Amino acid sequence: MISTIRKLIDEHGRLTFPATALKEDQDLYESGLTSFAAVQLMLGLEDAFDVEFPERMLNRRSFASIASIVSCLSELTGEHNQEKIAS
Amino acid sequence: MRSLLERSVAVAAVAAQHCEAVDREGRFPHETLQALKEARLLGAMIPREYGGDGMSLDEIAEICVRLGQQCASSAMMFAMHQIKISSLVSHGQTSAWHQAFMRRIAKEQLLLASATTEGGIGGDLRNSICAVVTDGEMCHLEKDATVISYAAYADAILATARRAPDAASSDQVLVVLLKDQCTLERTTGWDTLGMRGTCSEGFKLSATAPVAQILPKPFAEIAAQSMLATSHLLWSSLWYGIAHNAVQRAQNFVRAEIKRKPNLIPPGALHVAEAADKLQLMKSNTAEGLRRFNHAKTDADDLTSIGFAVAMNNVKTGASRLVIEIINHAMLVCGIMGYKNNTPFSLGRHLRDAMSAQLMISNDRILGNTSNLLLIHRLDSHLLS
Repeated sequence: MISTIRKLIDEHGRLTFPATALKEDQDLYESGLTSFAAVQLMLGLEDAFDVEFPERMLNRRSFASIASIVSCLSELTGEHNQEKIAS
Repeated sequence: MRSLLERSVAVAAVAAQHCEAVDREGRFPHETLQALKEARLLGAMIPREYGGDGMSLDEIAEICVRLGQQCASSAMMFAMHQIKISSLVSHGQTSAWHQAFMRRIAKEQLLLASATTEGGIGGDLRNSICAVVTDGEMCHLEKDATVISYAAYADAILATARRAPDAASSDQVLVVLLKDQCTLERTTGWDTLGMRGTCSEGFKLSATAPVAQILPKPFAEIAAQSMLATSHLLWSSLWYGIAHNAVQRAQNFVRAEIKRKPNLIPPGALHVAEAADKLQLMKSNTAEGLRRFNHAKTDADDLTSIGFAVAMNNVKTGASRLVIEIINHAMLVCGIMGYKNNTPFSLGRHLRDAMSAQLMISNDRILGNTSNLLLIHRLDSHLLS
């Protein structure tokens, strides 16, 4: 999951350095992520992980670091898997 | 202490008295500033523990309306000052220097200006070229600030800059620069269509100040959590004041005509109804924005949410469009008496001042930003929630 997130940050984040250099808890906004690029990144993540971020996750904190993105995705893919199992 | 209402009514009366001269001469509304100081309104939003009145943004918005009805330049000066205060109150309370500065503002009634615009960046305030250069306890900043409203009359300027010379263009800080720490070299004048009293001239700003004067939060957070929202809300409030005064003039015109010729309703009277309808939209839009802001302030995730940013952007683009439409309706009512200067129904100044609304942070830029956010944000279908 983390390597995919890094790849998407490279594609959409427009940071000043490659995402491999990012620590997992490093602040993406301080690393140059703009609000415009953040939306592109969210769309990329939705597509890559086949999820839809609910409104409550569409805030600054949810996408502030690789770790926070992982936490959101884990919650969503967890729900997703349970739904699949249930159906 | 007199009530908020009494205090602001007195200031609005002073603004009304000098608004024509301020507009004609393109000069700063000194008299309004003096009256604001006497009414102790410059520190109104600062918490009581630092010597202010702890006023809410709602109350400040009401004062913006009242000033906007009389002198839009005065109202804009007051609004811009309060937007800077809101950044200090929201993001400066963890820093001893900024706590002491808030005490000084309340005690000495200091006026704050803003230097966010920069040559080469334009209106995109979330990017900077200039950077803070730190040397021990001190920092130095050189900024080609293409607009600093009323800089020449302010006691301090809050400037954006990159955190350091090697920082990304969006990795910004906000630093308080006191008047005696700044050198201002004027680069451009302010001979404009409207808002002529804001004296929003350009300057080469050069300043050296203690590092402690940099606000402790990144500017990205300050912009998202207090500055953009309070800007859109207070601007929209004062534009509502301009629109309200225009509609009042149109109403007065129709009433005067009917008194003169009781059996003949003036042909433009219908436009008073249309103007009132749009004025109500403008009021609902701004009031709902304030309600949303008050709610978001209690929930950090909501305050930084995409839905909140979309809502605040909509307040601004909506209000800035409506104000011009409303004044145009009023103009159609008053006819030549509205078009002429120096009549009780003159609307030229209203229209000229209001034309700035769609340009200060260009509506095209805001709509572009909103349309990006709408790629991911899903609109709420509830009417009341």
